[in-house]
Amino acid sequence: MRIDHTKLRVALAALAALALALGIAACGGSDSSSEATSAESTGGESEASGGAIVANPENGKVSLTIGSKNFPEQEILGEIYTQALAAAGYKAKSDLSLGSETVAHKAVKSGAVSGYPEYASTALTSFFGLEPEEVPTNANEAWEKANEEFEKEGLVAFEPTPFESANAVGLLKTTAEKYELETVSDLEGVSEKLSLYGSPECRQRIDCLAGLEKLYGLKFKSFHPVDISLRYTVLEKGQADLSILFTTDPQLSAESDKFVILEDDKHVFPAGNVIFVTTPKVVEKAGPDYEKTILQVQEGLTLEVMQELDARVEIEKETPKAAAAAYLESAGYVE
Amino acid sequence: MSLTTPLFASFGGAIEFIFSPQASNVTGGKTVGGIDQVIELTFDQLEVTVLALLLAIVIALPAGLYFGHRGKGELLAIGLGNTGRAIPELGLIALMAAVIGVGLFNLTVALAILGIPPILVNTFVGVREVDRSTVEAARGMGMTQFEVIRKVEAPMAVTSIFTGIRTAAIGIVATATIAPLAGVATLGEFILGENVYGTNGVVAGAIVVALLALALEFSLAGLQRLLTSKGLKLRRT
Repeated sequence: MRIDHTKLRVALAALAALALALGIAACGGSDSSSEATSAESTGGESEASGGAIVANPENGKVSLTIGSKNFPEQEILGEIYTQALAAAGYKAKSDLSLGSETVAHKAVKSGAVSGYPEYASTALTSFFGLEPEEVPTNANEAWEKANEEFEKEGLVAFEPTPFESANAVGLLKTTAEKYELETVSDLEGVSEKLSLYGSPECRQRIDCLAGLEKLYGLKFKSFHPVDISLRYTVLEKGQADLSILFTTDPQLSAESDKFVILEDDKHVFPAGNVIFVTTPKVVEKAGPDYEKTILQVQEGLTLEVMQELDARVEIEKETPKAAAAAYLESAGYVE
Repeated sequence: MSLTTPLFASFGGAIEFIFSPQASNVTGGKTVGGIDQVIELTFDQLEVTVLALLLAIVIALPAGLYFGHRGKGELLAIGLGNTGRAIPELGLIALMAAVIGVGLFNLTVALAILGIPPILVNTFVGVREVDRSTVEAARGMGMTQFEVIRKVEAPMAVTSIFTGIRTAAIGIVATATIAPLAGVATLGEFILGENVYGTNGVVAGAIVVALLALALEFSLAGLQRLLTSKGLKLRRT
């Protein structure tokens, strides 16, 4: 009897430990930072632009908090700016993953963060109510237009990054071949048979499902909201026929024989370059090195580089911090 | 201080959001919210909640009754209860999404896992706490093991069993709010979609989820009264 009991206890303790471990594993599930291989350099952009950032002891008096929205590309950008500003001598810290653009927008307006990177297209559609087709396709025009609006509410945006990002309808290459799809318009007559997965907000957004319905006149078999970190999982699992992806996704270049995106021939998904949003007050307090450092450090951010940085975090599971550090180092901004 | 004013402002806005559709910046002119959408999403949330709760009961109730009756597995019940609380639900859903995909089935299972520990533990404890002499008397009357559970132990443990079910229900209905991250639209759509629904939508979503949890709690309390045997009610009063 007694022996039985002890055995049982051991077995149960083991079971409990297993369950706990499972729970912990689940906790780390989506964004664990295993084996950051930060020593490995970001290849492909050895053409260092602008040279190393010079630390200015004057800047040590100024504290800056750099924010970001809550997905990997944003967190990488937030880290790049933070580390670059620190290299320039500022007391810079990051406050990443603020949430949606509404939250980030409020945070910079209230002064909770000094600034954060935003896509010019998102700013124009989400903050200033432009229809997707009204967003200028030229990066500088979009920036000027957004900056005009930002100035009205006491904010300012710096010049845009070289790379741009947009939403896109993505699918498996096999699905595209089966239905002979190349553009979003090709979905006409087929979309009723296909399920679409996107972020919870996608359903109502004009630059997402609402726009696909309104501007393309498409009806889908079903729409399912999912966390954006699952946007490739649902395609791979065969659950989603179509999934809303980002044009900067590393999977699109790394696995181009597997995933494809449809050409947005009626411009529902405006492309946006990243502009750094801040306040004139912070600009004044921080001095000329603030804008200079940010513009300098984003010069190397071409589409290929951004995709590679996204890959480090999303596929290789590096931390955004490590990916940002690797970028700054290999591009020669910091030694 | 500065926080309270916008909070009250958005409370009023949230009530408005619940009853009449509002304009939104990002929808291309389409209005959002309003009573129709609120009711639709409330039913979606209720659906996944009820399914998960039933699944949890089907698994945990017989197990709790059995282990309680046999007087064994105390460590298992308590251990499960504690580890159950340690499992992060969002992580569990993400893990299951990677293994079996997203959707109603995944969510039902993930939420049921959240509901099992409190039902199991409370059923176990409830049955264990039934007066041993009553159980012996039942045996003496010639009842089979199954009859002892069904006619004596389970009825006398109803209060404790329902404590477990009510705890599970509240946990499940509240957590079903994150379902829109795993393929199923629920009231969480308002809370997760601030860009679309605005702060009013976020607060409105929270209010409706809270009301739904209260409604569920009261219905289960009513059900508990119905299922409590007359003899027990008399003894309590």
